Amino acid sequence: MNYKITILRKKSSEEPSYEQTFAFESSDDAQTVAAALILINRSDLIDIEGKKADPIAWECSCLQKKCGACAMVINGKPGLACDTKLKEAADKNGNIRIEPLRKFPTVRDLICDRSILWENLKIIKAWIEDGDDVTLKEDKETVLFDAGRCLQCGCCLEICPNFYAGGKLMGMSAMVPVSGMLQKLTPQQSKELRKLYSKHIYNGCGKSFSCRDICPAGLDIEKLMVNSNAVMLWKHLIK
Amino acid sequence: MSTFTVNVIGAGLAGLSASLELSRNNIHVNLVSAQPSERAQSVMAEGGINAAMNTMGDDDTTREHFDDTLKGGAFIGEKESIEGMTENAPLIVEELIKLGVPFNNENGKISLRYFGGQKKRRTAFSRSSTGKLIMSAMIDAVRQYEARGLVRRFPHHIFEGLDIRDNGCSAVLIRDNYSLKALRLEGPVILATGGMNSLFPGLTTGTTVNTGDVTSYLYSIGLPLSNLEFIQFHPTTAKIEGKRCLISEAARGEGGRLMILRDGKPWYFMEEKYPELGNLMPRDVTSREIVMNSEDGYAFIDMTGLPSDTWKNKLSDMREQMISLLGSDPVKDYIRISPGIHYFMGGIYVDKNHKTTVDGLYAAGECACRYHGGNRLGGNSMLGALYGGKVAASSIEGTYSAATGNRIEEIDIPYEYTDFVAPSCVTDPLVSAVGIIRDGQTMEASLRTLNETDPSSFTEADRRRLLLSRAILTSAIMRKESRGAHYRTDYPNKDDVNFKAKSVITYTDGRHELKYEGDES
Ligand SMILES: Cc1cc2nc3c(=O)[nH]c(=O)nc-3n(C[C@H](O)[C@H](O)[C@H](O)COP(=O)(O)OP(=O)(O)OC[C@H]3O[C@@H](n4cnc5c(N)ncnc54)[C@H](O)[C@@H]3O)c2cc1C
Ligand code: SF4
Ligand code: SF4
Ligand code: FES
Repeated sequence: MNYKITILRKKSSEEPSYEQTFAFESSDDAQTVAAALILINRSDLIDIEGKKADPIAWECSCLQKKCGACAMVINGKPGLACDTKLKEAADKNGNIRIEPLRKFPTVRDLICDRSILWENLKIIKAWIEDGDDVTLKEDKETVLFDAGRCLQCGCCLEICPNFYAGGKLMGMSAMVPVSGMLQKLTPQQSKELRKLYSKHIYNGCGKSFSCRDICPAGLDIEKLMVNSNAVMLWKHLIK
Repeated sequence: MSTFTVNVIGAGLAGLSASLELSRNNIHVNLVSAQPSERAQSVMAEGGINAAMNTMGDDDTTREHFDDTLKGGAFIGEKESIEGMTENAPLIVEELIKLGVPFNNENGKISLRYFGGQKKRRTAFSRSSTGKLIMSAMIDAVRQYEARGLVRRFPHHIFEGLDIRDNGCSAVLIRDNYSLKALRLEGPVILATGGMNSLFPGLTTGTTVNTGDVTSYLYSIGLPLSNLEFIQFHPTTAKIEGKRCLISEAARGEGGRLMILRDGKPWYFMEEKYPELGNLMPRDVTSREIVMNSEDGYAFIDMTGLPSDTWKNKLSDMREQMISLLGSDPVKDYIRISPGIHYFMGGIYVDKNHKTTVDGLYAAGECACRYHGGNRLGGNSMLGALYGGKVAASSIEGTYSAATGNRIEEIDIPYEYTDFVAPSCVTDPLVSAVGIIRDGQTMEASLRTLNETDPSSFTEADRRRLLLSRAILTSAIMRKESRGAHYRTDYPNKDDVNFKAKSVITYTDGRHELKYEGDES
């Protein structure tokens, strides 16, 4: 199958964006957008107009949707390049359009600076204080299991109508890890965390859950949030 | 208060473990990694972590964990270090529980599963995403020290080199992969940069980021590497785009059976040949058996007999992964597998304190060589990374003082774009010679080809990768015996008289010099 892959590129954060299209011949229906990017970079790098191109800057690591590195916008939808098959992404003429995530500053080509994800986790104090030891809880296993599996890929923030960098709402990439902590900690230990949860996760969120359908880790975001909200509410009542 | 700064390169389990130990002791850390911790190979670990917690009524002891590790490693791992690791394993897992890792458990008592090369249930797990869950907890734990200003992250920064004078390391050079500017960070250095995937394109189960470029850099400047000939092939992997997808040993630990179709009928060859451990023989043996018994190099894993409870509570994530990545549902299909490269037992030569031969320079985790001898047991690698990182950090704590510099300055060094895999003229000869079954002739021929390879059009990184490839081949050629993962048809037997020792290879004056070193303990 022959594809035409158009990439929204940028040489550096200061320079303007431009589009460049590459023809890509795929040998295999299982081939992903990630595979195409790897192979285009290893080719002579001639674009569809016959012009020599620079290697396409993008990030990957696991190539099996376990690390979140390769998140980008593919045909208008955020997703993982290693989890998106060319065949499924292309229109009937084989066209595919790839852009960097837009909610984060573009660094180069498809690389964007997602530091805000980690900055937010620091602000919301997403950790268990040394000494606040937790014990194993069989009944909470499923919630805790999902809460530990966020990739910090940023797809949920990309799709969220209410998230913007520097705003109060931190979105699901913060809710998921914190939801685990709320289950693990005692009410005394989680007091501050609960306050921050209200401010940065609960309050500005419209609960439309477009983020749930996009999450490439398949996390049950709604369930995690319902659980966390229950902890919050219940704790407020007994206070 | 704080005394000095340590530069930790690599933010997987080994790097995080070192950083946590240091910052808990009020020591500043610059935590440098090519990508954030969430992207490190450690998040991919599935099956579990070994510790003789003895919660399953198997009468397990740390001594037996020691024995299994030494034996699994074909008796060339370092005894004193293995002892330290296996004795500390239960404490390490207890510590992880305190940090909030949701290990599978029954009524608060941790569950353990069977894993290869071990007769007793000793592997703690979180379904089949153990690495991810441990990493999340470690990342959170380190975050509190980031917030307190003790750990400073450099999370998109690539290793460029070291400042070594008079056999002491005084700084590390790194490059911001975003701005492309280079920095020099003063202070002692712990390397925790993982395996050497760039030399085996498409054939490894790990990440593209672990190129082995730090290892090859050290080799190029004359630091010794050890046991490079030992490369672990995991018996059950499947080809997916650009890599091998692991089917964790947990599949067999929970009851999956290896099988080859003979005249259309299933033959459970491992159970027939090894009645005691069966499907859970160590990885070296199992991989060899697949290659030797199957006509096309493939076998199947039969998990169709597993109870639905196991799928739901222990392997739900594994099943999901097989359906989405392999297009097969293990509940009803046999899964077609073949061995793939999974772990590098060899790496940077370190002593029992994880110090290299240079003062102020340490290495831990998969990039270092210490615990796993000729073959690593499943579940021992995360353990080795966590333990090794801690040992390196503790030994630095006792060695350095406030007098050690901690300046950070911008420097000017040229930038070169390099692919995450070495050129095929380097990797093809290497890959064809150091597979599961090796022979002297093929390896010699490959080494000749690599010796004749003209690197003039290569980047610096690729030149060093070529050097490292030669070192791997030289180590494999010189070991004229079969041991652990190193099996050769021209020397099919173990030779304890000459080779019951680790190999140590050094590049000096343009020559690869190799010697064997007995256990120091
Ligand atoms: C699919 C899979 C499943 C596994 N399952 C298990 C299991 O069940 N049990 C078990 O014990 N082990 C398992 N392992 C092995 C285990 O995960 C690894 O050996 C272990 O996590 C290594 O940890 P580490 O800290 O040494 O390295 P990694 O986690 O690989 O971290 C390396 C770090 O170094 C950084 N880095 C690399 N190169 C550079 C550079 N040039 N410049 C700057 N930074 C760099 C990376 O960004 C990363 O942060 C598995 C491995 C794989 C691939
Ligand atoms: S539910 Fe809607 S508003 Fe809330 S985080 Fe998700 S996308 Fe954003
Ligand atoms: S919640 Fe899902 S989409 Fe959001 S960062 Fe985590 S893994 Fe990505
Ligand atoms: S490369 Fe890890 S999720 Fe795509």
